[in-house]
Amino acid sequence: MDSLVLDIAHLLAGGLVLASFMMLYQDRLNALLNVFALHAAILALAVAWQAYIQNAPHLYLTAGIALVFKALVIPLALYRIVRQLGIHREVETVVGIGPTMLAGMALVALSLVLMLRVTPGADYIAREDLAFALSVILLGLLMMVTRRNAVSQVVGFMSLENGLVLAATGARGMPLVVEISVAFSILIAFIVIGVFLFRIRERFDTVDVGALDRFRGDRG
Amino acid sequence: MNAELVVGALLAIPLGAAGLLALLAGYRLTARLNVVASLLTFGAAMALLLASPPPPGLYFFVDDLNIVFIVINSFVGLTTSIFSAGYIAHEIETGRLTPVYVRFYHAMFQTMMFGMNLAFVSNNIGLMWVAVELATLSTVLMVGIYRTHEALEAAWKYFILASVGIGLALFGTILVYMAAQPVMGEGLPAMVWTELVQHASRFDPALFNLAFVFLLLGYGTKVGLAPLHAWLPDAHAEGPTPISAVLSGLLLNVALYALLRFKILIAASPEAISPGPLMVAMGLTSLIFAAFMLYRRRDIKRFFAYSSIEHMGIIVFAFGVGGPLANFAGLLHMAMHSLTKSAIFYGVGRIAQVKGTQNMADIAGLTETHPWLGWGLVIGVLAIAGLPPFGIFMSEFLIVSSTFAREPLLAIPLVFGLLVAFGALLLRVTALAFGEPRGKVGPAEGSNVPMFAHFALVLAAGIFLPPALVSWFQNVAAILG
Repeated sequence: MDSLVLDIAHLLAGGLVLASFMMLYQDRLNALLNVFALHAAILALAVAWQAYIQNAPHLYLTAGIALVFKALVIPLALYRIVRQLGIHREVETVVGIGPTMLAGMALVALSLVLMLRVTPGADYIAREDLAFALSVILLGLLMMVTRRNAVSQVVGFMSLENGLVLAATGARGMPLVVEISVAFSILIAFIVIGVFLFRIRERFDTVDVGALDRFRGDRG
Repeated sequence: MNAELVVGALLAIPLGAAGLLALLAGYRLTARLNVVASLLTFGAAMALLLASPPPPGLYFFVDDLNIVFIVINSFVGLTTSIFSAGYIAHEIETGRLTPVYVRFYHAMFQTMMFGMNLAFVSNNIGLMWVAVELATLSTVLMVGIYRTHEALEAAWKYFILASVGIGLALFGTILVYMAAQPVMGEGLPAMVWTELVQHASRFDPALFNLAFVFLLLGYGTKVGLAPLHAWLPDAHAEGPTPISAVLSGLLLNVALYALLRFKILIAASPEAISPGPLMVAMGLTSLIFAAFMLYRRRDIKRFFAYSSIEHMGIIVFAFGVGGPLANFAGLLHMAMHSLTKSAIFYGVGRIAQVKGTQNMADIAGLTETHPWLGWGLVIGVLAIAGLPPFGIFMSEFLIVSSTFAREPLLAIPLVFGLLVAFGALLLRVTALAFGEPRGKVGPAEGSNVPMFAHFALVLAAGIFLPPALVSWFQNVAAILG
């Protein structure tokens, strides 16, 4: 395979990692949602490129879902929630942005070392893709643990999920990728619609998970 | 009988019922329909025992291992739906739930049963993942159904941890495919479990090892293994009690089942790491951690939730030790724990409704004021603590003795954990069941039948296991390796 094809695949997967890093230092919810929309759009491009080079037309469907659902519908819905709740100001972080970025770098290094070491025999597109995908997954996890705000935790989860879709499409000829991405979209839609609009908003003025922590029974 | 038809029924009945229950109003009618649908599902599960197993397909298959899980699952589902009917009626009377939410609740209950059955019969590791996700999602929504601060927090924590677990499990699944693809080629067969097992010895061991670590962490989160258990006590305590019963009795088993399938897979590859030590370590950690945490609990449902963590630890430990005897004991323990723990939750749910509180300090002297409930709780706790003549005594005895036979040193922490938990259970049950009655003494509504039916089965298993069942479990233990 010629190297330009590979370079583009790596560029897009690397772009996803970069967008994950950009999410880590956003301190306003609207800006965070913008970056997430960018993240989803890059994912759509990366998946479409995989569909093209693997000659797998069904992956275009996954790319379409990523573009329409995750880059447009979900961010718009979340903008609405954020505006209605009036929480577009600062995002409370548990750990400062500096240490978070350092931890993020360490995680990326870890996933590169881990994946490149264990996959010498694997398909060489899949290999780098998997390493990038694991980085995106770990950065998504990092975001979920370092944010107190429920909206940014959901965004963290969705970026984690983007990493999984990247991994699944990178694995050449993997069946059920479309079904899995649909299942994930349903999960996210449920959570965004159900948990947020109907549950949390009724009870709380803010969507800050700290407000949920007020109850201290014998938790844990 | 045609087994494919039965498998179809196992999936179609809960799915159809979920759709129907979402449309129908009137909680009395829907509660009855819920019972009928669960009864039909149980009937289909029993029919599966008689049917000759079909050749494994690309998506579905039936073998001795998943039949055990399906039968236990649908039986506990049936008794839970009976218990749930009485429980829901009380919640509507006291205004904690409105009819609209009950409609939603019943539809979700059947969706969960569908997801679990789908996870058990699926031969495709991708499909199994989707099914486990579906079952989890439906329980997340039910845990938050009371919409109190505590319920929302519990549902949120459950959602976050469960989705992280789900994500890690999917990554593990993708890695298994990546390991299989060079050997088996692209496409569907490389995700079919029965095919994977045949070729597992030729997979790239390094990739396979990494896959198992992700799968163990991912599905292990949902089994409730320490230190990934944080969602479990909250979800048990704040949701409706029928959901606590199915979480402990069923959902943990579904995740365990997924873990066992992958354990068999990786054990088939001689060069890969052996999964046993990892499972033993996580099992023992959960057991000992949960045993100590039992002493500090004040909420009765949280208390029994920690007991579930403890028992899942024991089961994972037993499967980790491996060998015919330990696997047999682990399987028996899994069955006994499902029956006993769900029965305890049936009792606890009614106790909490009568007393209007879940705080253990406000509940005492139950055997005087509510003899059936009080003695039911005593029987349940004695059974779960592992006293003879109940079935759990036998399975724990087998686990300890097989551990002595294989790895004597491991038996020390195991027995230590069991004794610590035993002390906590006895301490609490004496305070709850005996002494000066405390709290409200209103009449208990609903039926004791589901609870005592489970106890009767657990007692019967402790006294006499039918030879047919023993040979069945021995077959399964052989599959588990």
